[in-house]
Amino acid sequence: MPTEHSPLVVAKNLTISSPAGATLVNNISFSLGRERVALVGESGSGKSLTARSLMGLLSPALHLQASTLSVAGENALTLNERRWSQLRGSKLAMVMQDPKYALNPMRTIGWQVAEPLKLHARFSRAEIKEKVCDMLNAVGLPQPAELMKRYPHQLSGGMGQRVMLAIALIADPQLLIADEPTSALDHAMRDQVLALIRRLVEERNMGLLLISHDLQQVSEHCERVMVMYQGDILDTLPAAELPQATHPYTRTLWSCRPSKATQGKPLPTLDRAALEAHREHD
Amino acid sequence: MTQNLTDLDIAPTGRRRRPRVTSLAIGGTLVAILLLAALFAPLLAPFDPNAQIISARLLPPSATHWLGTDGFGRDLLSRVIYGSRPTLLLVSLILLLTIPVGMLVGICAGYLGGWTERVLMRITDIFLSLPNLVIALALVAMLGPGLMNGALALALTSWPPFARQARAETLALRRSDYLAAAKMQGINGLRLMFGHILPLCLPSAVVRAALSLGGIILSAAGLGFLGMGVQPPTAEWGSMVAEGSKVIFDQWWVAAAPGGAILFASLAFNLTGDGLRDRLDTRNAN
Amino acid sequence: MAGFTAEAGSARLFWLRGGRLLTGLLSLAVTLLGLLVFTFILSHLSPVDPVLQIAGDHASESTYVQVRHELGLDQPLPVQFWRYLVHLAHGNLGISRLTNSPVASDLLRTFPATFELATCAMIFGAFFGILLALVAAWKPGSVVDNIARMISLLGYSVPVFWLGLLGLLLFYAVLHWSAGPGRLDDIWIYTLEPKTGLMLVDSWLSGDKEMFRNTIAHLWLPVVVLGLLAMAAITRLLRAALLEESSKEYVTLARAKGASRGRILLLHVFPNVRGTLITVLVLSYTSLLEGSVLTETVFAWPGVGRYMTTALFASDTPAILGSTLLIGGCFITLNALADALTYLTDPRTR
Repeated sequence: MPTEHSPLVVAKNLTISSPAGATLVNNISFSLGRERVALVGESGSGKSLTARSLMGLLSPALHLQASTLSVAGENALTLNERRWSQLRGSKLAMVMQDPKYALNPMRTIGWQVAEPLKLHARFSRAEIKEKVCDMLNAVGLPQPAELMKRYPHQLSGGMGQRVMLAIALIADPQLLIADEPTSALDHAMRDQVLALIRRLVEERNMGLLLISHDLQQVSEHCERVMVMYQGDILDTLPAAELPQATHPYTRTLWSCRPSKATQGKPLPTLDRAALEAHREHD
Repeated sequence: MTQNLTDLDIAPTGRRRRPRVTSLAIGGTLVAILLLAALFAPLLAPFDPNAQIISARLLPPSATHWLGTDGFGRDLLSRVIYGSRPTLLLVSLILLLTIPVGMLVGICAGYLGGWTERVLMRITDIFLSLPNLVIALALVAMLGPGLMNGALALALTSWPPFARQARAETLALRRSDYLAAAKMQGINGLRLMFGHILPLCLPSAVVRAALSLGGIILSAAGLGFLGMGVQPPTAEWGSMVAEGSKVIFDQWWVAAAPGGAILFASLAFNLTGDGLRDRLDTRNAN
Repeated sequence: MAGFTAEAGSARLFWLRGGRLLTGLLSLAVTLLGLLVFTFILSHLSPVDPVLQIAGDHASESTYVQVRHELGLDQPLPVQFWRYLVHLAHGNLGISRLTNSPVASDLLRTFPATFELATCAMIFGAFFGILLALVAAWKPGSVVDNIARMISLLGYSVPVFWLGLLGLLLFYAVLHWSAGPGRLDDIWIYTLEPKTGLMLVDSWLSGDKEMFRNTIAHLWLPVVVLGLLAMAAITRLLRAALLEESSKEYVTLARAKGASRGRILLLHVFPNVRGTLITVLVLSYTSLLEGSVLTETVFAWPGVGRYMTTALFASDTPAILGSTLLIGGCFITLNALADALTYLTDPRTR
């Protein structure tokens, strides 16, 4: 059972709309404790936008509304930029999709991993160096002292992603938001990185919000799954119950993966008309 | 990979709010005013720009002479209005010379590749790294001052950016499906280059033209200031500033008015260029 | 776990970089050659017949032919070009018709003045240009940003000679804050020992405080006028580069770490525009060299620019072409330098 002393995130009636008036995230409500939750959906479902809004990183052109949005105990609707800067990195952290673009090409790995410490804590240079090495070790990177002097373009995708994880976790946050952390990696790497994220989050008793479009991948590593479609949360269920999902969309997502069982048979496709009707009904 | 400063112009992305009055609107209006002044100069100018009234020399701005008069008693407002003509004529001539040449070189280089490309690009680079004004001055000094020579001289160093851009676009288009489809229909060679590639390179050529016109106007004015442009008594802004510089301390308006006109024209084209580039980039981004 | 990309052996890296720099030098040589061809062609387009200049208008046929032969003008063009190059290699740019001294020594004499003006203007323009760009990129779309953009647009569009004239009017004639045209007041011009040709240095070395102050009083206005030109271009281009970088992913990650906007701009974005900045600075310097042609004329500044314009008015062909070569050569070299620096400072090419 996930420990939920106090919810890390409470969102009620969260709506995000574009400047032209289109609704991108439609009145969703959810809460998140110290548990591993996945937010799954196709592109355009609004899952990334939801994640960004939890860290105050939404584009200023977009309009955010909610009756409640509480993040790490603070009212996210009234925070100013300064307060957000204090929260980000120290209580909330994010891992992004592609280390090739998400890491600063002109700064060494050591500098980039050390930055959250420099921003949120007072350590001496030697202490910082030690902590960076420890963190790089914890994410499974060899020879941290050497690695610290390198630049991002010298690393492979898997290593870059581990560095991003190190950056996110070094200041001991309570919540980790991972926005499609394995989409840019090759298959072999994906499971390793996800397992690493899961292990570290468990060890540190953190909350995890894992954004993904791969339902099977998240089912193995998360406890709870929220399914989004075009701005709505259609379904919320424990990961263990995915094979027995009742919602048609969830069922289709779950069963449309090719496997030995489906060999030779046509894969099920989504009946969008029926889905729309179902949504209207809700 | 040498460049002029105008080549480095990048459109800043991620602008948050869309300004209500765009650069394009303001710039376009200013350019329109310029064009109207040039076209309708005889109707707009209160006096004959070349009429010398010695008794009315160096008069300050007044109700009759809105911008005052110069050392020959000529009305400055009329001369400034008429002065738009040589400027716009020069600019048109330069565009007429540089855009076709530049695009031709660029498209050929991008399409034909190999040694042709290397030689053409080497030539482009050589001209690209030459100073506009100095080369133009040297050329005009040798060939003699005048509108045509001035246009030729400035065009000589203004065509490379067009070639560069056309080549880059051609290279990108070479691999496109659009061209592949045309080729499959049997369209090749010249017809492909001019019928298909050229039209696609035109919009960015227009933007680049607008962006570089501001600088060309300043260079042309510089030529005029040094007496290497259109010859007197024709009203030309640069040479008018030079005349005014002799009496700058006492009759400042003689130099201020034409200089202001140069600023106006350059500003107009720079704003238009900025606006066009932003429009084009947002369209590309979408 | 395999991960590090193969570290190029230091020998291989040396050859890679060396090879690249060599091609750069070669292309520089070719471009300079192009410039030489151009000035050579121009010298033959001169309306003034060089033979008549020397032999006189009433020279007889035989004298004409003889002088023509001495000047080498009866040789085929490629041979003439070779002679031209050889002369150049020996530093012989011809004799100025106006000053009657070798063009090369004239240029050597006037160059320090231009160098001083352009360099001081560059420092002024770079300092304020970078500052203004950072301030503008801090909050895009804000009032400060719009003011910065307007200033830079105006500076980009203003004719420098007009600005100089108005500057003289206001600061020299009206306010007396500037000492006006020229580098130094007449009383000191003859007592000054020119050691470096740089007025600031020479007047400082002479120990005369009044002289030094006078130098600055003469220097500051043309420096500001010219510097505003550089500042406008630098602000415009640097701001655009900063904003473009700011929309990249690593900036979002930096914000997710809790870094403030100012920190991100200075410590994250700025290092990434280093390449663009270097290019912009070097190219600004080249545009300052050009701008000095007009500025020096307005301020009667005895540099290469004024030398050239005086030669223009007097149709002094060798002087015109010599100046063109010098300024054009500087232009080309600086462009090549910009390329080289951009390549060398990018850690991705290590």
